[in-house]
Amino acid sequence: MKPVAFDYERAGNLEEAVALLRRADAGAKLVSGGQSLGPMLNLRLVRPELLIDVRRLQSLRRVEESDDRILFGAALTHAEFEDGEVPDPTGGLMRHVAGGIAYRAVRNRGTIGGSLAHADPAADWLSALTAVDAAVQVRSQAGERVICLSDFVLGAFTTALAEDEMIEAVAVPRLSAASAWGYHKICRKAGEFADAIGAVVVDPERRYCRVVMGAVDGPPVLLEEMAEALAAGGAEAGLAKLDAAVEVALPEAAPAARQLHAVAVRRAIGQVYGR
Amino acid sequence: MGSQGIGARVRRKEDDRHLHGRGRFVGDMTMPGLREVAFLRSPVAHGRLGAVRKPAGQEHLVFTSADMDGVRPILAKSGIPGFKISDYPALAKDKVRFVGEAVAMCVARTRAEAEDLAESVEIEIEELLAVVDSLAAREPQAPLVHESWGDNLFLETVANGDIDDIVKRAPIVVKREYRTARQCMHPMEGKGVLAYWDHQAGQLVVCSSTQVPHMIRTGLSECLGIEQRLIRVVPPDVGGGFGYKCVLQPEEVCVAWLALTQKRPFRWVEDRREHLTAGANTRQHHYSVTAYADERGRLLALDAEVTIDVGAYSVWPFTAGLEAAQAGGNLPGPYDFRGYRCRTYSVATNKPPFTPYRGVARTGVCFAIELTIDAIARAVGREPAEVREENLVQARDMPYDNVTNKHYDSGNYPESLRRAVRMIDLPGVRARQKRGEPDGQLVGVGFSTFTEQSAHGTKVFAAWGIPLVPGYEQATARLTPDGGLELRAGIHTIGQGLETTLSQVASEILTLPVDQIQVVLGDTALTPYSTGAYASRGMVMAGGAVSRSCEELARRIRHIAAHLMQCEAEEVELRDGKIFGRNASISFAEVGRAWYLRPEQLPDDVDTMGLEVTEGFRPQVDTGAFTYATHAAVVAVDPDTGLTRILDYIIVEDCGRMVNPMIVEGQTFGGTAQGIGTALFEESTYDGAGQPLASTLMDYLLPGPAELPAMRIGHMETPSPYTAHGIKGVGEGGAIAPPGAVVNAINDALRSLGAEIAEIPATPRRVLDAILAAKARPKSEEVARP
Ligand SMILES: Cc1cc2nc3c(=O)[nH]c(=O)nc-3n(C[C@H](O)[C@H](O)[C@H](O)COP(=O)(O)OP(=O)(O)OC[C@H]3O[C@@H](n4cnc5c(N)ncnc54)[C@H](O)[C@@H]3O)c2cc1C
Repeated sequence: MKPVAFDYERAGNLEEAVALLRRADAGAKLVSGGQSLGPMLNLRLVRPELLIDVRRLQSLRRVEESDDRILFGAALTHAEFEDGEVPDPTGGLMRHVAGGIAYRAVRNRGTIGGSLAHADPAADWLSALTAVDAAVQVRSQAGERVICLSDFVLGAFTTALAEDEMIEAVAVPRLSAASAWGYHKICRKAGEFADAIGAVVVDPERRYCRVVMGAVDGPPVLLEEMAEALAAGGAEAGLAKLDAAVEVALPEAAPAARQLHAVAVRRAIGQVYGR
Repeated sequence: MGSQGIGARVRRKEDDRHLHGRGRFVGDMTMPGLREVAFLRSPVAHGRLGAVRKPAGQEHLVFTSADMDGVRPILAKSGIPGFKISDYPALAKDKVRFVGEAVAMCVARTRAEAEDLAESVEIEIEELLAVVDSLAAREPQAPLVHESWGDNLFLETVANGDIDDIVKRAPIVVKREYRTARQCMHPMEGKGVLAYWDHQAGQLVVCSSTQVPHMIRTGLSECLGIEQRLIRVVPPDVGGGFGYKCVLQPEEVCVAWLALTQKRPFRWVEDRREHLTAGANTRQHHYSVTAYADERGRLLALDAEVTIDVGAYSVWPFTAGLEAAQAGGNLPGPYDFRGYRCRTYSVATNKPPFTPYRGVARTGVCFAIELTIDAIARAVGREPAEVREENLVQARDMPYDNVTNKHYDSGNYPESLRRAVRMIDLPGVRARQKRGEPDGQLVGVGFSTFTEQSAHGTKVFAAWGIPLVPGYEQATARLTPDGGLELRAGIHTIGQGLETTLSQVASEILTLPVDQIQVVLGDTALTPYSTGAYASRGMVMAGGAVSRSCEELARRIRHIAAHLMQCEAEEVELRDGKIFGRNASISFAEVGRAWYLRPEQLPDDVDTMGLEVTEGFRPQVDTGAFTYATHAAVVAVDPDTGLTRILDYIIVEDCGRMVNPMIVEGQTFGGTAQGIGTALFEESTYDGAGQPLASTLMDYLLPGPAELPAMRIGHMETPSPYTAHGIKGVGEGGAIAPPGAVVNAINDALRSLGAEIAEIPATPRRVLDAILAAKARPKSEEVARP
């Protein structure tokens, strides 16, 4: 369980990072916290010729606040969110989610950008940030583009990133003061990946309501009809749609698996409505 | 008694080095010219092995079974009639029989390069249908793991008591099927071996992470075909064993062979992925049980069929038959009944070879019998704890010979249960259940009582027909010229604290403080032969041997001291690390100096054997000192998710005289943690082709601190009548009872839903499936006869 030999470069700045990425073609991998890449290297599931370390890039560690959103550099760690070292535009959702990722040792190193780029369907950031409609700011030598998170993940471990592109930052909208969120992760033991995630954000002031069912086989599922019912008629109205929505979203799943997903969403909604 | 003798909570001598990261494990060793070994392992579960093509120019760095000419396969033949033999080659030959079986050995300067080399070797394998399920393997059309056998049965045993009358008249009949999952043992340090040729000694030196260094020497000699005197096995620090390292490993044979033939140092260290795949070798049982009881739930007879998923080969020396022999012999547990029928099947499958794990078969049998007792209690509508108590062997009947002729030497089993009932507050839990939980969780309570044959001795092992039977255990005690003590024993310390506890036994007799005692363990060049650390035998056997040798050493010390103090030997007393005469006292150093350096001071009739003693020990009755315990668990089951949380956990144990209560507790808590893993988390799963599906710790869940309850422990101390100081073994016990207690608690919680779990681990998925199935079916009635 040792990796295949690879070269290692620590990029001095963002331009250098994207240049290296471009030059090395498919043979390069960015490494940030190494918490997903490390195991994959050791298991020889990935065999890059070059690792480009971007963990210390200042531009990937920046926080830019504006009126309607905060931009978080990709290399901010789960622990920094957990500890409140960066501001939270989501009224505590991000802080809560960060504290439930893995174990502290992993959170100390693992980064928000690395997690999104890895695109494990069971990852916490993916569901939570989809629920708030975050967007990924992406950069290559050719320039920059912004992809909203629900378009970013194409499938399990597959993203819209081109081979020479990297995540620079994540833009997270500010929730209004009247908003409420619920996040429920079902996992078998502390620090494990989720078996089911329910993430719900209700923000009437912004006329925003999202219900996300995460930790499914592909990208997180938006339960849109449910969200509409929820926004229009409150918890009861939303929950009335739950079982049907899960059934439509997961037609192949075993009854027990379907139940888990339904329970995760129901409990997240329960948090929103204070029960 | 010295203040650090038997019964003292002495801090562990070994912890200083381990807590400072200064232990010396195989992975820590360095040596000039050391080469690292990587194994190329079979990617398929069953296949015919064709050509193995070595990369051009690197042929000399790759070794296959064809290269290991003259090396004999590991051959572990059970003496039990009908046992079929499997040749277990160190590197696969002709066929591969499980995913992870070693096919070739690759050598390089670093492990990473050795793994690169392994990737460049091409192997041709014609894949065959795999035998994955042990029940299907018993069917006549099943593919054959060993073609020449004609079936897949290593061994079938029958205990055929006459229970016909009971079967006819018993008012209560309970039938159940139980399953336990295949598991890995997960010592923190996996296997590891470093071997080199010592030119000065003219010996092959094998440093292996093993529980059984002397046996490994015997085994290596048989496989390599060289005399035992030419091999020295030196076990360094061992980071946990649990049974995983109590057998001769094919990798030990391979690496030793490299060193022997190439005359340079080689090392292999198992990685976690190898452990999770090639090391998934234990615990997997299937039971069909029919229990017959009276209206009060008194167990009258048990009729059982046990199938053990043994895997592909028989391990040396414990064989493919040991697990079944233990299962059949121990299924009756701590219970008093006379009707027993049991058939066991030890089935060959395309999985790694079964190896005994902490508790051996008893974790499975305890699960089976404990769930059955609760099922009986439910069938007669009584409190399971009461039914359990009435069925236990009563204290007044001790010693008690049970239905499988096990001689329960001492103890009060029902009292351990009563204490557990009090400590867990059974009435309180019942009241809480009546009230219900505000969040809809279901609370349940479960008990599990077991008795464990520790240090089962010569006769017992001989009856199991294993190739190497333990006999007397020896230890050497030597007073140094400056009055310190050296102990040498052939058993090895694998984390269980033997350096401390053996010192305490010596301290009990000689009254020297523990830090003046040096302990050398395991090295075959320095210590008396021992079959090793397994079967909860270390404290009883090596402890007994240290006790005997120190007693004899004390006698000789008294004799010399009496002369020096001009009194009678009978008047000399060892106390507080000093030697007292009629009206004088001297130090151990003075006696040491007299013997070694100033022989002119010695009495004429001094024992010329001096101050170095090797004595042996075997218990008076060596059929085992039976420890026992009751575990109790309160759980909360979330009926929506199937998740189980343990709210409270009680252990009431009796391991006879406790040499060090702190270590007893540590052993018990650690074992219990593993047992909770067995109950709720751990499972090596396979697909239909025999591919392991849990090859990382993301798929194979181990319980962590957040999943484990704060265990509370109560002690009872019934000395064994047969052992030195009344000591009984305790190393394994903790791992035996948890599945029974936890799953009984889950079933108690699920009772209102009509759901029941009979398979471990009791994963959320299994719990949910049981709940959904119960919802889907009309209320079932218990199998009671009209
Ligand atoms: C034991 C354990 C438990 C875990 N449990 C959880 C859990 O419960 N929930 C959860 O969500 N996660 C969990 N994780 C995953 C963890 O959150 C990882 O930190 C995260 O998935 C990856 O972040 P990283 O910075 O370590 O990325 P790395 O491992 O460095 O990289 C991951 C991938 O992203 C790419 N990458 C890195 N940075 C960038 C970038 N800026 N732009 C584009 N691509 C990039 C890399 O090339 C690589 O392919 C767990 C991990 C471990 C080891």
